[in-house]
Amino acid sequence: MSDTVNKNASSMPSVAPTPEQVTEPSAGAVIRRRVFGHYGIVIGGTILLLIFAMAIFAPYLTNFDPILDQDLGNKMVPPIWHDSPKVNPDHPLGTDLQGRDYLTRLVHGAQISLLIGFAAMLISGVIGTALGVAAGYFGGRVDMVVNYLITVRLSMPVILVALAVVSLVGSSLWIVIWVLGLLIWDRFAVVMRSTTLQVRNLDYVAAAQAAGCSVPRIIMTEIMPNIANHLIVVATLEMAHAILLEAALSFLGLGVQPPAPSWGLMISEGKGMMFFDPWLVGIPGAALFALILAINLLGDGIRDVTAPENRN
Amino acid sequence: MSAILEVEDLRVDIPVSAGMLHPVQGLSFSVGRGETLCIVGESGCGKSLTSLALMDLLPSKATRSAKKLVLDGEDLTTASNNRMSDIRGNKMAMIFQEPMTSLNPAYTIGNQLKEALLRHQNVSSDEARERAIFLLEKVGITGAASRLGQYPHQLSGGLRKRVMIAMSLMCGPEMIIADEPTTALDVTIQAQILLLLAELQKEFNMGMILITHDLGVVARVADRVAVMYAGQVVETGTATQVFDNPTHPYTQGLLECIPIPGKTERGSPLGSIPGIVPSLVGELDGCHFAERCRYAKSECKTGAIGFQEGMEGEHVYRCILDKDTCAANFAKGAA
Amino acid sequence: MLKFALRRLGVAVLVALTVSLLTFSMIYLSGDPAMALAGETATQQDIENIRRVYGFDQPIIVQYLSWLGNAVQGDLGRSHYLKTDVSEVIFTRLPNTMILGACAISFALLLAIPLGVVAAMRPNSLIDRMALGIAVVGQALPSFWFALILIFFLGITYRLLPITGTDSWMNFIMPSIALGYYVTPGVMRLTRAGMLEVLGSDYIRTAKAKGLRPLTVLFKHALRNAIIPVVSLAAVQFGFMLGGSIVIETIFAINGLGFLAWESIQRADLPMMQAIVLVLSIIYIIITFLADMMNAWLDPRIRVT
Repeated sequence: MSDTVNKNASSMPSVAPTPEQVTEPSAGAVIRRRVFGHYGIVIGGTILLLIFAMAIFAPYLTNFDPILDQDLGNKMVPPIWHDSPKVNPDHPLGTDLQGRDYLTRLVHGAQISLLIGFAAMLISGVIGTALGVAAGYFGGRVDMVVNYLITVRLSMPVILVALAVVSLVGSSLWIVIWVLGLLIWDRFAVVMRSTTLQVRNLDYVAAAQAAGCSVPRIIMTEIMPNIANHLIVVATLEMAHAILLEAALSFLGLGVQPPAPSWGLMISEGKGMMFFDPWLVGIPGAALFALILAINLLGDGIRDVTAPENRN
Repeated sequence: MSAILEVEDLRVDIPVSAGMLHPVQGLSFSVGRGETLCIVGESGCGKSLTSLALMDLLPSKATRSAKKLVLDGEDLTTASNNRMSDIRGNKMAMIFQEPMTSLNPAYTIGNQLKEALLRHQNVSSDEARERAIFLLEKVGITGAASRLGQYPHQLSGGLRKRVMIAMSLMCGPEMIIADEPTTALDVTIQAQILLLLAELQKEFNMGMILITHDLGVVARVADRVAVMYAGQVVETGTATQVFDNPTHPYTQGLLECIPIPGKTERGSPLGSIPGIVPSLVGELDGCHFAERCRYAKSECKTGAIGFQEGMEGEHVYRCILDKDTCAANFAKGAA
Repeated sequence: MLKFALRRLGVAVLVALTVSLLTFSMIYLSGDPAMALAGETATQQDIENIRRVYGFDQPIIVQYLSWLGNAVQGDLGRSHYLKTDVSEVIFTRLPNTMILGACAISFALLLAIPLGVVAAMRPNSLIDRMALGIAVVGQALPSFWFALILIFFLGITYRLLPITGTDSWMNFIMPSIALGYYVTPGVMRLTRAGMLEVLGSDYIRTAKAKGLRPLTVLFKHALRNAIIPVVSLAAVQFGFMLGGSIVIETIFAINGLGFLAWESIQRADLPMMQAIVLVLSIIYIIITFLADMMNAWLDPRIRVT
């Protein structure tokens, strides 16, 4: 039997809200707040933009050519933070075994990674999304066939197949892009299929069907907008995946060929001298790491921000 | 009848983003052996949290406090986690509301039933199995032996509910808390379950707290009733007292909402209580029901409202109006 | 349960056949396999010989069927380069890859599952953030770079572990870590998400209400349900590891299938390449089939679908 008297009265509000309180923040303001408040998106996005800028402005950032400027007198110069007499301010990140400026090669390597990542992602995205949406929308036999295709694709080890194909067909930038693009569509297919399945049974799709909309129209106007956020998330992750695969292929010598400044290739070229000149391996590796990290953070961030739980 | 459970000034507080939530504010009641106490109230009044508080199963952010919380002479407020774990399922058991999700889908019901007993008592696996079959038959499940090997997803909702009841009885507890035992069940099964609970209670001489929002259930099984509103008990007494002489305006309102065959005229509007439950964040001044009460006066909105005696015995109600006025109000309203 | 198993088996066989067809046709990507096999210094006569010996002059369908027929019996052809039976070489080197894969997945699971469980038990705590941090970093590290870093610090600078070869169990430590860490983030996140969901479920509340001890609730009731999707993921990742081992094996000079694949590619040893892809794919199919079975055993509800 409680007899304590509650005198701190912050009783429930019974005052009518003022007009300013009634107007909510605009949709754009809400989105902006959520996007810029998310650490992953901010950090990842910034790094990605930096690397992107590096790639676009590569020719203007340094004075050297990544391939042709071989300064054989200046081989194996360490980066400027090293404690060695060979350090040369003209080459802030040092030079490699053939006297090529490492900073220049690094910056041009960004072009390769971003190009391959983006292109392979687009190719695999188109294939995978088409398969996944078809499977999710039409169900039945189509679904069975797509599932079977996905299982077959998953059973074959990507790197091995990519290596084998490249070794047989020849290796060049575009072959690598196409081989990767034709191999990594599985996650697109799986995710697009499951999200299409979820959306497909919702009422507004049934309404569109009842109204007599054609199938392509339903897919484009009702389904795609609602699975777009998942698509973007998978796209970022697969772009990172493609970049990693290209780096691995180049590292093994079956990707982009020398003397192109692919980061994977640079690591491979430097690994023999790793003990004495670790920066040869460390710098391009760190760049790869930063790029992948940025893309992953961005993808995770987009997923967090667009997840239904976060919608008001 | 000695009390198996005594509760005095039970409180639950939960920090939320808007402040401190007080879903249970100063509850006091007791339950005797072989006696059924029904806690009645609408959704959100704090009844489920009360049951979780008794079992010490509150979510981690919530804090519980009580002046007195004694089970069979043992003080539960000072019991260690280990001791509480020994008591749960053993001396005091709970039957949860949702049968569909309250059983582990990965294990047979036999496994889950036996586990309840084997944890607390030194019996063999076969003895546990015997007890499980015995109880399954008691709750009206035929072919009990073969049911033991079935998985929850192979049983209907009603069957799962009975399994939950049997599971709570495995150790022969002295106190049972049943949270909305008939919700989510067909009307026909509801009656069976209630009858079952009443029989089992008498047979095992257990104290029972039955939480519900259904007054029909209360009328059928309750020895004593506690009416809850917005975290507080507003009226408590024997079932007869509360039903024949509802004194608190909220109780009266609840009873007026029930259409009575023969008495309620066709076409007349069903009774309802206008307004919504107040927010329980922060400190609420005065009577929680004041905003919705027909008879509210300005004195109702300030200060703490204590209990007054209603009828003879343990009937009390939390209102400043005296009982004759309340009785008169009720007669007027019901007419 | 039997019907379920048979159906899955049927699908597995169909997939295996398709894979075999794709693997077989890989050889034609280079145009004329006889020429590719013969190498650059071969004469026209050499090429014709090869064409006859390997049966490249026969219709494709016949070639495929005879290749498949032989493969099923264990004959995967002859390595032109090594002058021995492909199967022999493969099955000598397979154990090393399996050991590496097993060690790697064990490392990954031993790290990921406990981390995921603890992170779920204390969400948003320091350990949770650390676990997620490890996940994020792990997913961004290129495996070959990580392997080189490990070699640099543990092998060269501090001389703690051997760098190449397979002489002792210590040789497998760095490769297992380099191969396995990539799997850790995915498994950790899945475990954490699964545990979080399960820990909030009603049957866990029931288990506590029965007075079960905390460890019983955690392992017998919670983890048992949360681990189900992790089993599938682990199986899939093990399959990936077998394929991805080529990079690690090459760096650490471990004599497994991956390294053999690398060597075969260098030497244009086509039958060997084909056979390796086929064998690894079949192993993956078998593993995922077993994982499906295990899944059904773990979750009784799946057996009815």
